[in-house]
Amino acid sequence: MCLGVPGRVISIDGDIALVDFWGVTKPVRLDVIDTPVVPGDYVLNHVGFAIRRIPADDVAETLALYDELLRRASADDLMAADVRGELDAAGKSS
Amino acid sequence: MSARPGSKLEFRDPVRGAALTEALATRARGLGRAPVSVMHVCGSHEQAIARFGLRAAFPPELDVIMGPGCPVCVTDVPEVDEAVALARQGVRIATYGDMMRVPGSSGSLADERARGARVDVVYGVAQAAELARTGEQVVFFASGFETTAVATAAVLLADPPPSFSVLSAHKYIPPVMEIVAEMPGSKIEGFLAAGHAATITGYGVFERFVARHRVPVVVAGFEPLDILAGLVRLVELIATGEPRVDNAFPRCVNRDGNLPAQARLWKVFELQGGRWRGIAHVPNGNLRLRDEFAAWDARKRFAIDVAALWDHAPPALVSQCQCGDIMAGIASPHDCALFGRDCTPDAPVGACMVSSEGTCKIWHQYGGHPDLRQVRRRA
Repeated sequence: MCLGVPGRVISIDGDIALVDFWGVTKPVRLDVIDTPVVPGDYVLNHVGFAIRRIPADDVAETLALYDELLRRASADDLMAADVRGELDAAGKSS
Repeated sequence: MSARPGSKLEFRDPVRGAALTEALATRARGLGRAPVSVMHVCGSHEQAIARFGLRAAFPPELDVIMGPGCPVCVTDVPEVDEAVALARQGVRIATYGDMMRVPGSSGSLADERARGARVDVVYGVAQAAELARTGEQVVFFASGFETTAVATAAVLLADPPPSFSVLSAHKYIPPVMEIVAEMPGSKIEGFLAAGHAATITGYGVFERFVARHRVPVVVAGFEPLDILAGLVRLVELIATGEPRVDNAFPRCVNRDGNLPAQARLWKVFELQGGRWRGIAHVPNGNLRLRDEFAAWDARKRFAIDVAALWDHAPPALVSQCQCGDIMAGIASPHDCALFGRDCTPDAPVGACMVSSEGTCKIWHQYGGHPDLRQVRRRA
């Protein structure tokens, strides 16, 4: 439940960002993030809220774990299911 | 048997993986005694350790134990009872999926739903608040540590519908580390703290704990290499006898943490003592809504009648469940006679087999414990 999921900000409207997660775009709330974000930034998200801007130099290392879980894990993999739950916590796809 | 072994141990960066594995082995051997026990307090850490078969890379001198790092598992029976009682009283409940099957005195929310109660699974608190926009009373049964409680706070601060309220079972991790460190016979010599909780709180939150208990804490991320790097640092601190907090996850964590998130958390919540299931009464371990948010506090809005649930003897197997000792780090699932036989993900006896962050469910899925000492004994 604390795993979170990273995604790339596409656009921002007030306190809501549209974030790309592996090709799926979803709205995420920005009201608890501590650093201003701009489109192109990567953010770490938990239960529908961005909680941290990921420094650009560190994005690849952060994405690695999630790439493994979302691309290669089987459908009933526990840890991958938690990551998919984080994606479902973001709003409806657009 | 649905359990199966975790993935073969292959590091994303094999050179770095080998270097960290070797560094951990050298440093653990250098301690000159065994076993040395360290504890992590995060279900996501245990998922990664079990899934990627990391225990096979840990040196035989080092025991890496999961502590009370599953918020669903430590939700106490009376808290589940409150949600079940509300559901029976006809109030619509929304909660995270793992909370559905956590047993209370006389069953779970899933049991109530099967009997016709309105219980919705949501992935986030905002979705629960949306359900209340129609004017229907909706209670969000909220679980999770401080990381998750921030989201609950943010929704309560953003003009939620009047018919929305929160039944908080949110928990705060730092105080339970004190309880575990003070348990009689505790052999824990260091703690690996959860990276994403520390993203919110900052690693500075552990400084008081380290000063009081003279035990090092290292904040670590969730990628296998992050976990290894955190353990290398932790064993180094144990070796030098230097009780301090170290940050092995600088790409997400700093000393002060996310201040706007903390401001929201403490504006909405305050700390209260309370029982954690199977562990102990934890002073300051529960996050409860402040009086200013009484209008959204389900405990204040509804007369919750839990006494009616207490007229049931618990199922016989419950008395054999080792969940409490497992969460306190003094037993492993393999010490439990029920594990994998009478207690499975399809028919869980204890909360540790219910939640995706529970030690038992994680070990059941990933085969859990490729312990080198056992492998060597068999060989």
